[in-house]
Amino acid sequence: MKNYEVSKDGYYGEFGGSYIPEILHKVVYDLQEQYEAIMNSKDFKEEFHALLKDYVGRPSPLYYASRLSEKYGCKIYLKREDLNHTGAHKINNSLGQILLAKRMGKTRIICETGAGQHGVATATACALMNLPCVVYMGATDVERQKPNVERMKMLGATVVPVQSGNKTLKDACNEAIRDWCCNPRDTFYIIGSTMGPHPYPEMVARMQSVISEEIKWQIKEKEGRDYPDYLMACIGGGSNAAGTIYHYKGDERVNIVLAEAGGLGVETGETAASLNIGTVGILHGSKMYVMQTEDGQIIEPYSISAGLDYPGVGPMHCQMFKDGRSKVLPITDQEALDAAFELTKLEGIIPALESAHALALLPRMKDKFKKDDVVVLTVSGRGDKDMQTYLKHIKN
Amino acid sequence: MTRISRLFKEKGKDILSVYFSSGYPTVDSAPRIIKALSDAGVDMIEIGIPFSDPLADGPVIQRSNSIALKNGISQKLLFEQIKDIRKVTDIPLVLMGYINCAMQFGFENLCKKAVEIGIDGIILPDLPVDEYNAEYRPIVEKYGLDFIHLITPETSDERIRKIDEASSGFVYMVSSAGTTGAQNSFGQSKQDYFKRIKAMNLKNPTLVGFGVSNHETFRAAADNSCGAIVGSQFIKELDANPTIEDAVNSLIKKIKG
Ligand SMILES: Cc1ncc(COP(=O)(O)O)c(C=O)c1O
Repeated sequence: MKNYEVSKDGYYGEFGGSYIPEILHKVVYDLQEQYEAIMNSKDFKEEFHALLKDYVGRPSPLYYASRLSEKYGCKIYLKREDLNHTGAHKINNSLGQILLAKRMGKTRIICETGAGQHGVATATACALMNLPCVVYMGATDVERQKPNVERMKMLGATVVPVQSGNKTLKDACNEAIRDWCCNPRDTFYIIGSTMGPHPYPEMVARMQSVISEEIKWQIKEKEGRDYPDYLMACIGGGSNAAGTIYHYKGDERVNIVLAEAGGLGVETGETAASLNIGTVGILHGSKMYVMQTEDGQIIEPYSISAGLDYPGVGPMHCQMFKDGRSKVLPITDQEALDAAFELTKLEGIIPALESAHALALLPRMKDKFKKDDVVVLTVSGRGDKDMQTYLKHIKN
Repeated sequence: MTRISRLFKEKGKDILSVYFSSGYPTVDSAPRIIKALSDAGVDMIEIGIPFSDPLADGPVIQRSNSIALKNGISQKLLFEQIKDIRKVTDIPLVLMGYINCAMQFGFENLCKKAVEIGIDGIILPDLPVDEYNAEYRPIVEKYGLDFIHLITPETSDERIRKIDEASSGFVYMVSSAGTTGAQNSFGQSKQDYFKRIKAMNLKNPTLVGFGVSNHETFRAAADNSCGAIVGSQFIKELDANPTIEDAVNSLIKKIKG
């Protein structure tokens, strides 16, 4: 049984690695050498856990969604990352990385953001730790996630709208990496998902692994066993999904079903379903499945959800998908919208558009569920930032 | 001896190498640009293979890459355009691109094609030396191509030795922490870095690139190495001049001072 641990040089099977310009070698190598020791130190653990508890509000509840369960004929528990401070799972990672940055003597923080949740989380962590923060965000996303842009600014961050490509998450990553190339000594790049050069994919997964650590004891309390039959999450770069499955990667009793952004449908080309239609390539420092042409040009992705609008997926997920360990379904914009409205109506929870993709897995999987099946589905974020989009699509 | 090694052996100093993005300003510009540069006495040419997401490049080359792709350039088309380029010039020609494009074309296929055409070397700024040694080096050596790695102000002496060992032809000395893009001058700390590298007596000759744009930066670079590479400034000249030939002349005038 495989456990999908990262190799010393940063690979999960065939995916991963560290394909970066030479100027970044030292800073990335220093991080590779130091992150584990720092994360395992007593002092880091204490500070991180105290912040997760008292600042983020962890543990996040594992909520039994009775009306949703009734509708889908199984026991559905929602892992409520939407209730975290700042409204998504992203804060777990930003706090962890900023503690690392401080211990490594870095004095300036940069990050990329799509939906703006990672930007808000990082701006929050920077306010808390009194460090300057520059957030790169595609100009398209600046438009469609306005409330988060205002929050970042209020938190004191500089938000740089990126004008290249489709002006979305991929382009924001490019620009953040370029900034890092210009400022490798003093700057720490807080990457928001399980992507980028080694050690980021594993480091971010570990920062998020608090999610599955909690699921383990929470589900034991509620169901008398410490594993569910199904784990479900949405997958952009892969961080909330990685956090959700981290302690169950090698536990084959647990079915892993993930939702990637189908956009208007994979057959239309207007999609961000990188695992389902991608081929092996190298983007942002890592070998992974990417949407690209035969000539190796990255195809601009499309999704209604800014957080899933990315043409690749982190390397751990690529290997798990390739091996068939995880099942990954493309969910269309419409399916996600329907699922968001359904959760709002049945449970009084307005999810983020990203999380709505995970919820849309339920109707897809309905025929497979047995009455006693325990499903844990991560609601990665709340829908406040998406109200503009929801209002546009609301059916009276 | 390869064309690159011969150039360094015979000329050895004040070498001027010019980068351009193939497919820019028009899809079929590459052969004309190579001829114009070669006719004007440039010593070496770096033929850029455009990539949609060029991480190591600043705004000027990002833009030329992106327009070139819109114009319809591809690796296949480029190689078709320059298949007879050796009838036009005998100066060293180097391909410069990103690892993903090389990987999709097929790295071995790329080397094979390069040799067929008479290309002398390859530069891939996002392929680190360890990955290169593990997977790609045997292929490069099989085809007898030069492979040029980059060193930067952040690279330790120990790693510079390793990169020097893995390189052939020359070592590309990145002037500063940053992406490509023209700079007006190179300050003292950059010159100290150039001197530090010079004192290391590497096995390979070095050229300075990133930021070389005028006589002052060219001299600062060439006085402490074998010469310099100009990229963004040439793209700017292409934009500012009516013809490719005018752009080349204007560039040479600026560099030679
Ligand atoms: C609420 C929410 N969920 C999910 C994602 C997707 O990222 P990941 O796959 O890293 O969890 C984002 C990204 O912005 C997000 O904001």
